[in-house]
Amino acid sequence: MDYLHDLNVFLPGVIVALAGLIAIIIDAYKNDHGAIFGLTVFSLFAGLVLSVIDMFGPVGEAFSGMITYGGVAAFGNSVVLFGALFCVLISREYLNAIDYEYGEVYALILFATAGMLGLASANNLIMIFIGIETMSICLYVLAGLIKERKTGAEAALKYFLLGAFSTGFLLYGMALLYGATGSLYLTEIAEAASSDLIFIAGAALLLVGFFFKVSVVPFHMWTPDVYQGTPTTITAYMATASKSAAFVALLVVLSKMIPAETADWAGVIEVIAILTMVLGNLIAIVQDNIKRMLAYSSIAHAGYLLVGLAAGTPEGYSAVLFYLFAYTIMNIGAFGVVAYYERQQGLDFTDVNNYVGLGFKKPLMGVLLSFFLFSLVGIPPFVGFVGKYLIFAAAIDAGYVALAIILALASAASVYYYLRPMVYMYFRDPHKDVPLVRSGIVFRSTLVILAALTLYFGIAFGDLHNLLSSYYAADWVTHLMGH
Amino acid sequence: MELLLNLVIYLPLLGIAGILALRNDKATKWISLAATSATFLLSLPLLFSFDVANSGTVQYLTEGSNIMAGLDIKYLIGLDGLSLLLFMLTTLMGPIVILSSWDSIKKHLAGYYSMLLLLQTASMGVFASLDLIVFYVFFELSLIPMYFLIGIWGGKNRIHATVKFFVYTLVGSLIMLVGLIYTGYDAGAAIEGYKFTTDWRFLSGSEYQIGLVEQTYLFLSFALAFCIKVPLFPFHTWLPYAHTEAPTAGSVVLAAIMLKMGTYGLLRICLPLFPNAFVEFAPYLATLAVVGIIYGALVAMVQKDVKKLVAYSSVSHLGFVVLGLFAFNTIAVQGALIQMINHGLSTGALFLIVGMIYDRTHTREIEDYGGIAKVVPVFAVMFMIATLASIGLPGLNGFIGEFLILNGTFSSEVLPQNAFVVFAALGVILAAVYMLWMYQRVMFGPIKHEENKKLVDLNAREIGLLVPLVIFMVWIGIRPTDFTQYSEVQVQELLESSNEKRVAIQQSADSEDLPQWASNLYDVTDELASKIKNQ
Repeated sequence: MDYLHDLNVFLPGVIVALAGLIAIIIDAYKNDHGAIFGLTVFSLFAGLVLSVIDMFGPVGEAFSGMITYGGVAAFGNSVVLFGALFCVLISREYLNAIDYEYGEVYALILFATAGMLGLASANNLIMIFIGIETMSICLYVLAGLIKERKTGAEAALKYFLLGAFSTGFLLYGMALLYGATGSLYLTEIAEAASSDLIFIAGAALLLVGFFFKVSVVPFHMWTPDVYQGTPTTITAYMATASKSAAFVALLVVLSKMIPAETADWAGVIEVIAILTMVLGNLIAIVQDNIKRMLAYSSIAHAGYLLVGLAAGTPEGYSAVLFYLFAYTIMNIGAFGVVAYYERQQGLDFTDVNNYVGLGFKKPLMGVLLSFFLFSLVGIPPFVGFVGKYLIFAAAIDAGYVALAIILALASAASVYYYLRPMVYMYFRDPHKDVPLVRSGIVFRSTLVILAALTLYFGIAFGDLHNLLSSYYAADWVTHLMGH
Repeated sequence: MELLLNLVIYLPLLGIAGILALRNDKATKWISLAATSATFLLSLPLLFSFDVANSGTVQYLTEGSNIMAGLDIKYLIGLDGLSLLLFMLTTLMGPIVILSSWDSIKKHLAGYYSMLLLLQTASMGVFASLDLIVFYVFFELSLIPMYFLIGIWGGKNRIHATVKFFVYTLVGSLIMLVGLIYTGYDAGAAIEGYKFTTDWRFLSGSEYQIGLVEQTYLFLSFALAFCIKVPLFPFHTWLPYAHTEAPTAGSVVLAAIMLKMGTYGLLRICLPLFPNAFVEFAPYLATLAVVGIIYGALVAMVQKDVKKLVAYSSVSHLGFVVLGLFAFNTIAVQGALIQMINHGLSTGALFLIVGMIYDRTHTREIEDYGGIAKVVPVFAVMFMIATLASIGLPGLNGFIGEFLILNGTFSSEVLPQNAFVVFAALGVILAAVYMLWMYQRVMFGPIKHEENKKLVDLNAREIGLLVPLVIFMVWIGIRPTDFTQYSEVQVQELLESSNEKRVAIQQSADSEDLPQWASNLYDVTDELASKIKNQ
């Protein structure tokens, strides 16, 4: 019975992992991509529905404390599944168009997603490690999907080498923490925490590993190259789902495992947040390749998220969770439109200089990209504004006014590069007539739904915010600490 | 009536839905005209049934429930004496700007009119919102349509102009957002059961008092955003570009409505929330305002481009508005309020007129004209009225505003030096110089260019859209109380309560708790504090 309960609370992960296995079998015997695609979409959707329901359900632990369910874990799972689902929906048409649609892609995405689900619900360092590795190994392969091109090979190799390196840090940190406290469970580590060197060193190495995964300065070097070389919809998947999973795990580790009194990590996070925001935004300004631009933008957004973590308050944590969701919606959308333009023949449509006049040729795509970019800037009434607002509010409430001002200035600088694609799309007269292909119905409606969501959660964000805040209500924290 | 106000604000969005549904160039124009005209007509009952004697209380109030649990952020919309006239100006300008673009905009009509309609909703929202977060949302939302209006339908340097406009304004707004959130938490701590509040009625009331140090920083963060928007010298550099490159309708909305968001914000938020800082910084900001008045006028004088000249005249005129606000007495603030309307009417009309002549000749250089008064007499008359209104000729609206502002500044306790009035008055003279000189060079003398002999005079549409503006210019000039009555009670009450609040905050401040600069700035002395305690 216990096992049934455990499987039941981790049902999204079970479904997704099983679907991955079935996808491999179908691919081996029938090579029917339509069926695999349908299975993938169905399993991700089923998982999403289950974990959304789980968000309102009870909170608890399963698999003898290895994972938690409900609350933050359920929300993290929902964001991951949401990201995976929408990326898969736009992937088929795009991968077909660039001739890289393999059955394995879906299986890899499903396995990676299962890893992310484990990571986002982890309650134990080993679980975190398994989650990160399952996710990362699949992503290394996906990064190298376009293996004939140099950028593809570079992306995969760079991602793999640096990823393996960072895993080393992560694992070393875990080993030290185990040595210092004698446990791998987050809450038990928190209880046994001390400020001796081994504990601090372990926590620091663990954080370094995480910083690699969420790509914050100075551990961000791999991001632009990997994002550029990976097929665009897969980049969207990496930038949103995997980042969200890693961030949720980082949040859980920081909030549960490392009590503020033993290690003053807020100061560290603060410095790294400032570096990340400033550098990410400044370097993004000079990028001509829109995928690299979005890569640096995603680094900058990781910096904004760190501001919420630095605040270290319940408001800060719930702001980070909300922001992850907002970031997922708008980033998949932006990458999706980029993927659409990239499919056109004739010119390199990842270069923003070739965006001239595109906005009027296919008005829908132009409007969609504008929606996502304005949302990324953080202009109301889009969801990006709400996310940024909550981060601001958390930082100011926690007394980090200077950090909030730097965030304000950094995001003001970001306006410049977010506006650039629109400047080219709308304001410059086209110099060459490029016929644009018509996007398929699934692709188009996926992006329209995402745009509608940026607007919907930009206006009616109250319920989601209240739900997220309730995870950090006083009784929940004591419930955790009681274990 | 509450419902009517909401309907008026969101009606333009319905127009956008119509435009997108039909996607037909001809229908687009008519839908936009219908939507804005309906907006204007429906807004008239709001004006007529406004309770003038109670202009200090918010009327037609819509109060939503809190968006987030425990935080007092809610949809809060209503009109009072400060906002009513600006709101009405916005609805009046709606159909006028649509009509002004009727023939001159030829590409991407659906996008163009959608953007104008979106701008209309955002502008009305700014003036009607009473929750600072809602205010901020509309304030920022207005950037998006203007960004596209300048960027797509603008002149040659449109990209530079629009990006500069956007980035410049956004920097100010984001800093303001930080200040706004800080204020929200600070105020929330003062109410039982809440953590955060941005309800203007509470913030501006006497129960909520902000400490002097916080007030300084918060005032600066808000004032920066508003001064960029106004724009106050030296933050004005984006304005000439934006105005010159924008299409006619864009310039009109920018001048008539969007710039007012800055001055309105100073009055609505900075004055009642941070009265101490407002008063202490008044001499500095008034100095900038006066510098702006003179500088704008001098630069306008040497412009070769008519549109740029009008743009710089805006810098000069808005200097008057800011000066009036910081004079901190009823006459001057009333003058500032009516001057906001005046500037909207006369500068709006001037931009329309420049646009009309540009449509015919495709040049805005003063050099390319000369002597055209004989060819286009109706145009000459309209241009003359707008020019004179802008100069401030008695009998027209501009005079009333400038007179009240100068009069109020003269008797201001906050700005005791007469130099403010003297130099500002110099600006009035300079305005006559550059406007009349420009008018003379464009209109009189021999016809310098052959092609100008064939100019066509204004058509019925163009006359029709200028006439309402001219009517109001004369009306305000002759019977200003018809308009100033709406804000009189509220301005008086607001200044009185803000001043009381200012004195209360200053007296309860203890110089020991304050850093040296703050006690110096706000003149908090040990004796004063101890005297209060002993009483």
